[in-house]
Amino acid sequence: MNQFFFGTYPYIALAVLVIGSIARYERDPFTWKSSSSQFLRRKQLIWGSIMFHAGVLTIFGGHLVGLLTPLSVWHALGVGSEAKQMIAIVMGGVAGVIMLIGGLMLAHRRLFDARVRATSSFADTAIILLLIVQVILGLMTIVVSLGHLDGKEMLKFMAWASGIFLFDGKAASYIADVNILFKLHIVLGLTIFLVFPFTRLVHMLSAPVRFLWRPGFQVVRTRKGKKS
Amino acid sequence: MKVRAQIGKVLNLDKCIGCHTCSVTCKNVWTSRDGVEYAWFNNVETKPGIGYPKDWENQKKWNGGWTRGKNGKIQPKQGAKWRILANIFGNPNLPEIDDFYEPFDFDYDHLKSAPDMDAFPTARPRSKLTGERMEKIEWGPNWEEILGGEFEKRSKDYNFEGVQKEIYGEYENTFMMYLPRLCEHCLNPTCVASCPSGAIYKREEDGIVLIDQDKCRGWRMCVSGCPYKKIYYNWESGKSEKCTFCYPRIESGMPTVCSETCVGRIRYLGVMLYDADKINQAASVEDEQQLYDAQLDVFLDPNDPEVVAAARKEGIPEDWIKSAQDSPIWKMAMEWKIAFPLHPEYRTLPMVWYIPPLSPIQNAAEAGAISTNNNMPDVKSLRIPVKYLANMLTAGDEAPVVTALERMLAMRGYMRAKTVDGVIDIGIAKQVGLTPLQIEEMYKIMAIADYEERFKVPTAHREHAEDAYDMKGGCGFTDGNGCSTGSSGKKLFGSRKFVVPTGGAR
Repeated sequence: MNQFFFGTYPYIALAVLVIGSIARYERDPFTWKSSSSQFLRRKQLIWGSIMFHAGVLTIFGGHLVGLLTPLSVWHALGVGSEAKQMIAIVMGGVAGVIMLIGGLMLAHRRLFDARVRATSSFADTAIILLLIVQVILGLMTIVVSLGHLDGKEMLKFMAWASGIFLFDGKAASYIADVNILFKLHIVLGLTIFLVFPFTRLVHMLSAPVRFLWRPGFQVVRTRKGKKS
Repeated sequence: MKVRAQIGKVLNLDKCIGCHTCSVTCKNVWTSRDGVEYAWFNNVETKPGIGYPKDWENQKKWNGGWTRGKNGKIQPKQGAKWRILANIFGNPNLPEIDDFYEPFDFDYDHLKSAPDMDAFPTARPRSKLTGERMEKIEWGPNWEEILGGEFEKRSKDYNFEGVQKEIYGEYENTFMMYLPRLCEHCLNPTCVASCPSGAIYKREEDGIVLIDQDKCRGWRMCVSGCPYKKIYYNWESGKSEKCTFCYPRIESGMPTVCSETCVGRIRYLGVMLYDADKINQAASVEDEQQLYDAQLDVFLDPNDPEVVAAARKEGIPEDWIKSAQDSPIWKMAMEWKIAFPLHPEYRTLPMVWYIPPLSPIQNAAEAGAISTNNNMPDVKSLRIPVKYLANMLTAGDEAPVVTALERMLAMRGYMRAKTVDGVIDIGIAKQVGLTPLQIEEMYKIMAIADYEERFKVPTAHREHAEDAYDMKGGCGFTDGNGCSTGSSGKKLFGSRKFVVPTGGAR
């Protein structure tokens, strides 16, 4: 059981995420979009969306850096386990609350605004609810973490996460004895990876940061074989 | 000099009868689908009025178009690139669908399926967004048709700036005109500049501005960027759509659908050569009233041998150069100077131009007493205030508009003298700085307006534009999974199969 969810399931989820996303981008690029509903109803979107995205980006970045940066790098930077645990609790807590408030505003709008509801697909509604459940689980784990501020638990997760990416067959065993809340949080997180290619979440892969480096403002498609 | 060619367009507002044939034929061809039923790539507004979407000309509210900074550089009014990206989660300048109107249909079926009842059955409106009953339709695509609604609301029209507008609310002083609008296919488009994905582009070979539907991610910055509000967010597909200038027709040498079907024969199409190197400089001119002249300066004289040689060097096909020399757009915009860009102050250098309308003289009782020189009434006595037209077409500079109106009056006077009295009145022509030959040509193109005179559209040379070999066996206009129609039932990635639109209630 433990081996399946934390040893095998991560690979299934990541494989579907990667292959599914490539397939969608390749086969059905017309469906690749942010699916904004701001045009139909501005109310609750601007604040809800900004808070939700600010929160989720901070948390996503925090997990990425926190879980996958090797311990030796942290030591080299002079950040001990306790300090790192505190940073994770404070940053994750604040960002999580912001994301939760934004997410609830968006979910309320999606479920109870007639226009938005009528134009939502099942995936649109499901993914916002999944993300809200996930952030609530994440916030609940903070309570558990407050019980062991030394950061020993956190080291287990770091070992597990890097173990997965290094194809360590024993990775699942590193987190066999952690609190059930963490386990639920991880399984749900992997499930979100799993459904990623089939939802609007794909729009994060085309975050248009390249816009900032695009030379000049205008885009002209030139005749073949000639640069303008 | 970087010579480029574009199919430009002129609309002769003097002859527009407001029949909406252009809008309807355009809709039938391009936007009779779910998600864009609210969108009219071409619409006709009655002016004065706030238009469609509401108050679109008020850039203090919408922040469309460009703004010139203190350093003399221009940037989109909604912000520089970093600012556009920062607003991506919630775009503060985006209109809501209600600013256009909530799309609706009527319960037509009720008319024949209603049970026996006392009251005559009616077809009541139903929202196309929610499918719910709409008790009252609040706004529509042409809500101010023929001065509908109270003057109080319509007088919010931006073009009244600097005009003592109160008196135009009085019955005796009222005036109106039609303004058909479509995408301007600008030389300096803000929609293109604002698109974070780079999905909108201007075609080098004919200047048409298009949105790549596969690259559009629905960040919706183009909608707020365009000051004419001519980009429409398809709420069903989550992508932006716009007027395509009927490029499949243009490519095969046919006029756009709106031009082809124009009952009043007010639309003209023709090639304009321009210098792409001058665009940035022209759009950055400090004085807004100089923007019109600056754009004239961007256009290149197709009869100048130097320009022709440069055009050939750039690979512009011979028939396009020939067509440019024959272009009705060149004559109206450059030679006679009777056509003007719509709101040049947006700094977009638009390529759909307008001939201002003449109107009846203000006071018929004084008609005899009006200052007439050579049987021509003073344009200041026309019913539509010159300032109003100038605010629309020349950023408020009245002189060019006055000249244009005088030339159109002169054409009438000259031709009346010629056909009624049998007199060639060279004086009238001279007075407005034209030759009799020019006036006769104006008459031929503007008054007679034969099909062949209005549309000078050379066939596209697709063989120069892209590699035809790659298009071999292609399947035209489809989205997504190649040409396949083989997949059945639900689609994995949530796209909907194309459904042939059907009328009636759902």
